[in-house]
Amino acid sequence: MILKGKAWKFGDDISTDHIAPGRYFHLRTNLPELAKHVLEDAMPEFASQMRPGDFVVGGRNFGLGSSREHAPRIIKLAGASAVLAQSFARIFFRNAINVGLPVLEIDTAAIKQGDELEVDLEAGTVRNITRGQTLTFAPLPPVMVKILGDGGLVEHFKKYGDFNLE
Amino acid sequence: MASTLAEKIIASHVGREVRPGEIVITGVDVAALQDGTGPLALLQLEELGLVKAHNPAGTVLFIDHAAPSPRKELSNAHISLRNFARETGAVLSEINEGVCHQRLVESFAKPGDILIGADSHSCTSGALAAFATGMGSTDVAIGIATGRTWLKVPETFRIVMKGGFKPGVFAKDLMLRLIGDIGADGATYMALEFTGSLAAAMTMAERFTLANMAVEAGAKTGLFAADETTRKFLAGQDREEDFKPLAADEGAAYARTVEIDASSLEPLVSAPHTVDNTQTVAEAAGRKVDQVFIGTCTNGRIEDLRVAAAALKGRRRHPRTRLIITPASRTVYLQAAVEGLLKIFVEAGATVTGPGCGACVGVHGGILGDGEVCVATQNRNFQGRMGNAKSFIYLASPATAAATAVKGEIADPRELI
Ligand code: SF4
Repeated sequence: MILKGKAWKFGDDISTDHIAPGRYFHLRTNLPELAKHVLEDAMPEFASQMRPGDFVVGGRNFGLGSSREHAPRIIKLAGASAVLAQSFARIFFRNAINVGLPVLEIDTAAIKQGDELEVDLEAGTVRNITRGQTLTFAPLPPVMVKILGDGGLVEHFKKYGDFNLE
Repeated sequence: MASTLAEKIIASHVGREVRPGEIVITGVDVAALQDGTGPLALLQLEELGLVKAHNPAGTVLFIDHAAPSPRKELSNAHISLRNFARETGAVLSEINEGVCHQRLVESFAKPGDILIGADSHSCTSGALAAFATGMGSTDVAIGIATGRTWLKVPETFRIVMKGGFKPGVFAKDLMLRLIGDIGADGATYMALEFTGSLAAAMTMAERFTLANMAVEAGAKTGLFAADETTRKFLAGQDREEDFKPLAADEGAAYARTVEIDASSLEPLVSAPHTVDNTQTVAEAAGRKVDQVFIGTCTNGRIEDLRVAAAALKGRRRHPRTRLIITPASRTVYLQAAVEGLLKIFVEAGATVTGPGCGACVGVHGGILGDGEVCVATQNRNFQGRMGNAKSFIYLASPATAAATAVKGEIADPRELI
């Protein structure tokens, strides 16, 4: 699958409190509303200005903090097609796969705010159209490819009625 | 082959030896949800047509993050948890009972268990030698319905602790030092295993504080061996039968080992806005503080309240500094009442709240104003954590927090105790 969009560049240590702040705790049962505040404390203009298909690009340890699955869900719901980061916190990474949001570990240092990117999930490449560079990312573990390919863990269970990770 | 604690616990569930990096599907002994993550988990189960609990006695729904409910949306979320518990026979922990992780160690987790919780600090139960880890709502939902989950067997990062704490220095300071040293992603995907002469000498309360913050270094869980101290703790909760001794094998393979000598430590804080931004209290001293918060699954236990009370007895909070104290559970609350600690707190000018998460997560009961500074005994100081992205949170031990409340600025607890 080829994904195309613009990069929204964030720094290191973007926490789940940046992505889905605790002050909107009461909106956790209203994800479309919560998604209007996604990443608000890291970049207030992001939610209103990003376009469907755009990419969230982070630095080190993206998604650290809470287990709130709402965080990757609202990034996806806001329309982002993937998150690219130097590294991810463990629970966020697993949650993202479970909700069907591609998360790619890649050297994001050279990607700048607003760069046009083209991601080829199968080939494992990110083409930075603005800068004429191509980066490659390590493939996801096979278990995660499987779950992501099925559209997340719930879809996986709907399809097989059980874990089918072989 | 020799196994680490994490490998041993997973192996006993899958019935064969396991090695780091392997993916296993394993049975789950305890699955927990709280009021922030639970409603989404239950929606997932509805979507799957799996509204059931495979093991109701080991399925616990906690109403703790917004307890009592501050607004109707959350009250409605609470109704969904109560209904699920009623329909499936799962255990409900009501608004009066306390923070999930404290309740889990008091009444549910036991050595050798695999525990999954839709809350990142589920690693707290690792102090009881349970492989306890935080996951998202969907993972835990599936765990509840099927009694199983998938895990990648983690590498183990060994922390060898030795020496003893000097007066005024506590387990919290050790953990802030460790996270400052290895970084907020220093143990990502790994299990921490706390060992050494100091680990063996530690009280359960100290072990819980360390295990609780394992996730702040990115770890999957934070494990201690189950020993005589564990047995006594469980006996004290009327469940000695849940005890079994458990330790890593001699010669187990560790991905990394660091040593830490507690005797070399002094009181520390984590400065805004990351947990690994560790500073000495001496460096941070003098910073004016608007609010002090003592409580949470990290440091809201009776031992923590005793330390705070010793520093606050016969003293008053500084007029500029609000002081909020929230016992971690009903049991802790009751014990604090029996020991006269609540009286000391109220006389010192504290607001003592009912048990729960309280001000920790920015939902209610202690939200910070613009530009305000808080010293808190919790585990996270991320921007916006306490409900306002324009505020500043320092993490500290209960002793440092209490000393700060008295002085009105970040203060060294050795001045008071
Ligand atoms: S006390 Fe704080 S860290 Fe602990 S479970 Fe509650 S909100 Fe999370």
